[in-house]
Amino acid sequence: MGVTKEDVESAIAAALSPSHLVVTDTSGGCGASYEIEVVSEKFEGKRLLERHRLVNTALAPHMAEIHAVSIKKALTPAQAQPQPEPAADKPQA
Amino acid sequence: CLAAAAGGGGAMRETLDKVVGAHKVVLFMKGTKDFPQCGFSHTVVQILRSLDVPFETLDVLANEALRQGLKEYSSWPTFPQLYIDGEFFGGCDITVEAYKSGELQETLEKAMCS
Repeated sequence: MGVTKEDVESAIAAALSPSHLVVTDTSGGCGASYEIEVVSEKFEGKRLLERHRLVNTALAPHMAEIHAVSIKKALTPAQAQPQPEPAADKPQA
Repeated sequence: CLAAAAGGGGAMRETLDKVVGAHKVVLFMKGTKDFPQCGFSHTVVQILRSLDVPFETLDVLANEALRQGLKEYSSWPTFPQLYIDGEFFGGCDITVEAYKSGELQETLEKAMCS
């Protein structure tokens, strides 16, 4: 039967308690293929490689049945906030 | 892209240490530089070309032992796998992200000067 989008979502949700999670099924007929966007506090202080490792680890039990996973975003909650404009309120001379 | 399998060797690690240590930039990919067999591998080749760095590629489709050995070596389940200065840098998504942020160029420059 294979892995479903719901399986992928629940595996990541359980491991990373994300504040934001989008899993998109991108399989084009060749098998289970997913794109993932995840925002989690667990990414705090970690390099991109380490963040991706966390996601891979969460999906490890399913990896055998997944053709491809693309992690499009792995952000901390702070990074996921729209960046405030640099303060332009310099005192006028 | 990835496929399931198990196994790998002990001497494999030593061999891989040598391979990734022998070149500044090594890409383990599906297919070859000139004929990538997977979109993800193609993407990374294009990025490296655009940055004009010399790099070696090895085709994991041509060597199943290499393919399995690398997955354990890097603890990374998929290909392509990019190594810079003897260290695992990442797969396709990380390379794309680092390319956009400029971190890849920085890492490559550092590697070329070391």
